[in-house]
Amino acid sequence: MLAATVRVTRDLDAAEEAVQEAYIRALETWARDGVPDRPGAWLTTVARHQSLNMMRRQETLATKLPLLLEPDAPERLEPDPGMIPDDRLRLIFICCHPALAEEAQVALTLRLVCGVATPDIAQAFLVSESTMAARLTRAKKKITAARIPYAVPSVGDLPQRLDAVLTVIHLLYATGHTAPSGIDLVRDELTGRALDLARMLRQLLPVEREVAGLLALLLVHEARRATRTDTNGRLLRLEEQDRAAWDRELIAEADQLVVAALKSGPPGRFTLQAAIAALHAQAPSYAETDWPQILTLYGELLRIWPSPVVALNRAVAVSMVDGPEAALAEVEVLERDGRLAGYRYLPSTKADLLHRLGRDAEAAEAYRDALALSDNAAEQEFLAERAKLARPP
Amino acid sequence: MAQYAVLIFEQMTPGWPNDISPEGMQARIELPERIAEQGGRIVAGIAWDEPGTATTIRGDLVTDGPFIETKEALAGAFVLEARDLDHALALAKLAANVHGTVEVRPLIGFEIVEAS
Repeated sequence: MLAATVRVTRDLDAAEEAVQEAYIRALETWARDGVPDRPGAWLTTVARHQSLNMMRRQETLATKLPLLLEPDAPERLEPDPGMIPDDRLRLIFICCHPALAEEAQVALTLRLVCGVATPDIAQAFLVSESTMAARLTRAKKKITAARIPYAVPSVGDLPQRLDAVLTVIHLLYATGHTAPSGIDLVRDELTGRALDLARMLRQLLPVEREVAGLLALLLVHEARRATRTDTNGRLLRLEEQDRAAWDRELIAEADQLVVAALKSGPPGRFTLQAAIAALHAQAPSYAETDWPQILTLYGELLRIWPSPVVALNRAVAVSMVDGPEAALAEVEVLERDGRLAGYRYLPSTKADLLHRLGRDAEAAEAYRDALALSDNAAEQEFLAERAKLARPP
Repeated sequence: MAQYAVLIFEQMTPGWPNDISPEGMQARIELPERIAEQGGRIVAGIAWDEPGTATTIRGDLVTDGPFIETKEALAGAFVLEARDLDHALALAKLAANVHGTVEVRPLIGFEIVEAS
């Protein structure tokens, strides 16, 4: 809908405003008259009318009115300028303009194209909401000042934008996979959309290894998704999940993609993450997982992508290979580093390690630290229970 | 059309600017034409002498040399009219045939003062 509206306004801010206005109108009208047969089309039409009205108010945009003379015309799905077969994917590529810093490209795209809320984006980037809001404002200011156009990049320019596009899709999935806030752990509409986008991208750029890597990564997550919570919506850890219920077909598809990507050259960060996920998915049990291999892959991942989050995940693999004591030392280094302050998985990982070392009082405290940082109800319940379990009798 | 400054930073060599190759010189001379062919326009152009000829004033202090001494120094600039940033970048790439870096920045003001 935003895609359809931005084609009218040629202005993302204006389009966003029009879309929001359309939702408000929908709430009023549908409550009175019932939901129309095609709610999506209804919303798009209203958003287009709305943007039309907003633009008429702005005389400076009068020159663009010819574009709007047929606001009721059906969606123009053809011709297909950039060979990108989907409105939303096209918008993501448009929004990931290399004149913006990559992080700004990703954040802005998540906000404007994918509709992810600013606090959720801030969590994904481990920064405060106000910092993220300021970054988004700065990026929008540059778009206006430097006149960055909303134009579909040529086929030759797609690879340059690819890394940001992959990150957008990954974070979109991640936001849906473990919703940073709210009642449910999983938001199906976001994970489904992200998976569709990854599949489309794979068709569009079949030779790009990292596209295969991302798709494989999402497929493994998807294969395990149903088992991440129990029937009461409570979070289950990897070792507690029912492996028999994992979708073997998706895992096999992911495995093929990973193997092909690994064979064709040095792996990027998505391929490595997918390889790790695939090893987990193929293991008969948590204990029988190929932890040494996973540790090697994390080492490689950390080398090409030195993120503290990767280092934290690597610490879990360390605990399975070298024991919880060694892993705890690494987690404590990360704790002192400070970049993961506010990242709930740091105290929860630390708590697990302390619990395994029998230091239950400290473990309970660390679980409570994690609890204080989580805004998701399913996670909170899980952590509260862990805190209780770890408490000494 | 929007106006952009295109700042050309070049690798400084001891013989600069006299050691610029004839082809490089020719490319510079033809640049306005190339840009016009692609729908843009050069409104003004400036070429600097080598950084060693600069004099810097800071407060009351006058010193020899440029404000910032770098391997890649500002060598020239032009003011460009283009449709949008993508267009401006495409045009600025035509000027980037030197060993160096080109910065494109939108203008908020540009004025040529006529002699009275």
